[in-house]
Amino acid sequence: MKTFLTTTALVALAFPAMAEIKIGASLSSTGPAAFLGDPELKTLEMLVEDLNAKGGINGEEIVLVAYDDNGDPNKARTFATRLVEDDEVVAIIGGTTTGTTMSILAVAEDAEIPFISLAGAIDIIQPVKPFTFKTPHTDRMACQKIFEDMQKAGITKIGMISGTDGFGASMQAQCKEVAPDYAIEILADETYDPKDADMTAQLTKIKGTEGVQAILNPGFGQGPSIVTRNYKQLAIDLPFYQSHGVASDGFIELAGADAAEGVRLPGTALLVADLLAADDPQKPVVDAYKAMFEEKTGTPVGTFGGYAHDAFLIMTDAITRAGSAEPAAIRDAIEATSGLAGTTGIYTFTPEDHLGLDLSAFRMLEIKGGKWTLVQ
Amino acid sequence: MSELLQFLLSGVTVGAVYALVALGFTIIYNASDVVNFAQGEFVMLGGMITVMAYTAGAPLPLAALVAILVTAALGVAMNKLAIEPARGAPVVSLVIITIGASIFIRGAAQLIFGKQIHSFPAFSGDDPFRILEATILPQSLWVIGGAVAVFIGLWLFFTRTLLGRAVLATSNNRLAAQLVGINTPFVMTLSFALSAGIGALAGVLVTPITMTSYDVGLAFALKGFAAAMLGGMGNPKGALVGGFVLGVLEGLTAGYISSQYKDAAAFIVILGVLFFLPQGLFGRKSTDRV
Amino acid sequence: MRLTAKSATLLGLVVLIALAPLFFPSGFYYRVGALIFVNALAVTGIVILTGWAGQISLGHAGFAGIGAYACALAPVHWGIHPALAVLLGAAVSAILAWLVGRPILRLKGYYLAVASLGMGILISMVLNNERELTRGPDGIDVPDLGMRALLKAAGLDLSNGEFWYFFCGIALVIGAWLALNLHDSPTGRALRALHGSEIAARTVGIDVAKLKLQAFVISAIYASVSGSLLALQNKFITPDVAGFMHSVEMVTMAVLGGVGSVAGAIFGAAVLTLLPQVLTVFAEYEQLVLGLVMVLVMIFLREGVVPSILRKIRGRGE
Repeated sequence: MKTFLTTTALVALAFPAMAEIKIGASLSSTGPAAFLGDPELKTLEMLVEDLNAKGGINGEEIVLVAYDDNGDPNKARTFATRLVEDDEVVAIIGGTTTGTTMSILAVAEDAEIPFISLAGAIDIIQPVKPFTFKTPHTDRMACQKIFEDMQKAGITKIGMISGTDGFGASMQAQCKEVAPDYAIEILADETYDPKDADMTAQLTKIKGTEGVQAILNPGFGQGPSIVTRNYKQLAIDLPFYQSHGVASDGFIELAGADAAEGVRLPGTALLVADLLAADDPQKPVVDAYKAMFEEKTGTPVGTFGGYAHDAFLIMTDAITRAGSAEPAAIRDAIEATSGLAGTTGIYTFTPEDHLGLDLSAFRMLEIKGGKWTLVQ
Repeated sequence: MSELLQFLLSGVTVGAVYALVALGFTIIYNASDVVNFAQGEFVMLGGMITVMAYTAGAPLPLAALVAILVTAALGVAMNKLAIEPARGAPVVSLVIITIGASIFIRGAAQLIFGKQIHSFPAFSGDDPFRILEATILPQSLWVIGGAVAVFIGLWLFFTRTLLGRAVLATSNNRLAAQLVGINTPFVMTLSFALSAGIGALAGVLVTPITMTSYDVGLAFALKGFAAAMLGGMGNPKGALVGGFVLGVLEGLTAGYISSQYKDAAAFIVILGVLFFLPQGLFGRKSTDRV
Repeated sequence: MRLTAKSATLLGLVVLIALAPLFFPSGFYYRVGALIFVNALAVTGIVILTGWAGQISLGHAGFAGIGAYACALAPVHWGIHPALAVLLGAAVSAILAWLVGRPILRLKGYYLAVASLGMGILISMVLNNERELTRGPDGIDVPDLGMRALLKAAGLDLSNGEFWYFFCGIALVIGAWLALNLHDSPTGRALRALHGSEIAARTVGIDVAKLKLQAFVISAIYASVSGSLLALQNKFITPDVAGFMHSVEMVTMAVLGGVGSVAGAIFGAAVLTLLPQVLTVFAEYEQLVLGLVMVLVMIFLREGVVPSILRKIRGRGE
């Protein structure tokens, strides 16, 4: 208990009251979702530094108070409480996973602090909660985009192989829900553990299922790369769809350009920056972020860092327009965001829509010769 | 029929990975009765150090050798710095120390290597071998060969060499071993070097299949531990068979029952073995029933 | 003398819980306090199992998972009040512990560690996979306990943080009191005799297997209630609560503080709960520090921090 009191004193000393604009973040930069959370944290830190170097917002400096919740929803709730009660931030960005987002959401809504989540599940913004927004597409939209593409190709019967982590399981459930809308039947439904070494058993089962015309693999991390290699090993010649969870150059590298050839997935403009038309409204923001991130970190940009970029963009845009750093004013300004081009899409929020993206923001990509290409 | 064969081949691939990790557990356990939960981290280090050396420009065999030697040295360091100073502590404390060491190694790896997922090319290409209608990757054969080679090596070591017998004697009765002139601290150092080296070898062999990142160790440790328990802790034959049985069981469960619960199969079998065959399939025969 | 130690522990605990809020600079500290109490409750169970009966469990988070999901599921599916769901979770955990422990604890050695590890992983797998029931890895909402509203109606208006701080604090005091009573009961004495020497305990007619089983079941109930309190407090729970790392965390807290003493357990829970809060600036180094602390304490303070320090103090006094 003595330690406890000492800590109290330390924390109080470490964060004296300042006149700057304080934005909080709770991200999973370590733990099982570090693959997503790490680039998100790096993106936020980089953007804050850059903005402050340019003079901040309305002359005020931005202070980022970022915590690492380790992917643990319980810790995320504690850090959210700390951000609200102790650090007294005016807004929160974060929640790398749906689980951590749900924990932060409850605290933010209670305290009436605007909160922009970086996680996928539709439950975050449906039903609409007054202070909660999110930047990524929902996993339901990813399913819809993929099914749309399948429909065009005349595919009606598919097999699915999903990761059992939150990302894979949630998308698996959403896909099963919307499949009937596209007259698609899921004949085989297999899963794998994200740390599994070999998925040929599951793929063989799907391959052996009568009538399967295409295979879809929702997941992130190394799992989808192994699935992709096993796909080639088994010489399955059906069209192969991945999710936005692997939308980065790292995926092609890990799976091997050879095995990844022909893989399709719904991605964002970020991956095909070079292919965007010169007048594409997303082009300037995508180019700027890509250049800055790759120069700063030496690693290729991915969709997830892009989500953090967009959240910060929406937040700072709202604070600038509101001309005030009062949480309620920021919230109102976020909700009034209209036609704001981010890396993920062009955001337009309304009181009924706290996601602000539609299917058009997703672009169907195909890997050809080890490069991302746009499917026309 | 071809499906069954593919399920089996998938199981054998995975099983060889488990067997290699399980073999690493047996030596330290034999020398000290300690289940070394940091064994998975040795596997991670083997993979990650190879990746680093390889991307720095070293040829793959050299990179692998460096990784195995460095990891073996780290194993010795762990023994000297964490296990030896705690000599005489109850087994519970030693187990906690190995868990602490594994968390420490993971934390250090995260700082040094970053959080990206890495891989390096398979040793003999990616073109699968066909057996009837089923396929297996050349790298899987490397892993299987590695597991069998390590097993034979260990078996010869424990039964044919004086040093190996010294390890077993130390495990049975440390005091008696000291009395007959066995240098028990040296036996412990050797055990950690060997275990860590075998773990690293496992990491080198499996990384082209499973890929690697700073946090893969725990999953390897749990499955390898399960395999070792299934076969009977401390017995190289048990570790080898336990690993393959576990892998094949998972492959068949994924194929015929449910891929969601394939990992459950392993643990259900382990609970069953504990309930009915507490010494494992190949454990020592002494009955320890109360 | 023993009676003094017991009352000293309880009195110290009550005074700390009551007075600490006077020094809280913000509402956030109530949250941290409540978390410490919830963890300490589970760790008190570990003290009974590991410290007194000498058995290790690497799957106790599974019981916490059962307690937590009982509170999430029972009210929604069977209309059971959340408070009763806590009891239901505890009962289910106790029965499961009995079923697993009965065959295993007849064996000498550390087989319980392996069996409980497997059991914990199976529980966490079911919570992750049975999406229809548990909503899978993304987690599930937990209904409100309703106590705060009740207190408000009675004229005591506490903030959410304050309420859970005192509620969990009281739960911990009760849990510690029960454990300390057990310590001094004939069962407790027999348990400690068994930890000293199993053979000796058996020769004086103690049913060793039955005693170990009792300790395992009791500790499972502690873990289950702790999981329930966490779920009710957060009003949201994910399968992480049943994960292997959470099991390891419980054992670590107990061993760090001193696995033989309830005061040590509470201290260990406090230190490890605070660690991530203190190290936020060095979040990258958190794992490194945690691992290092575990190893160092086991080498230099083998009995855990609290008993080792007490011994030093007493040694000096004599």
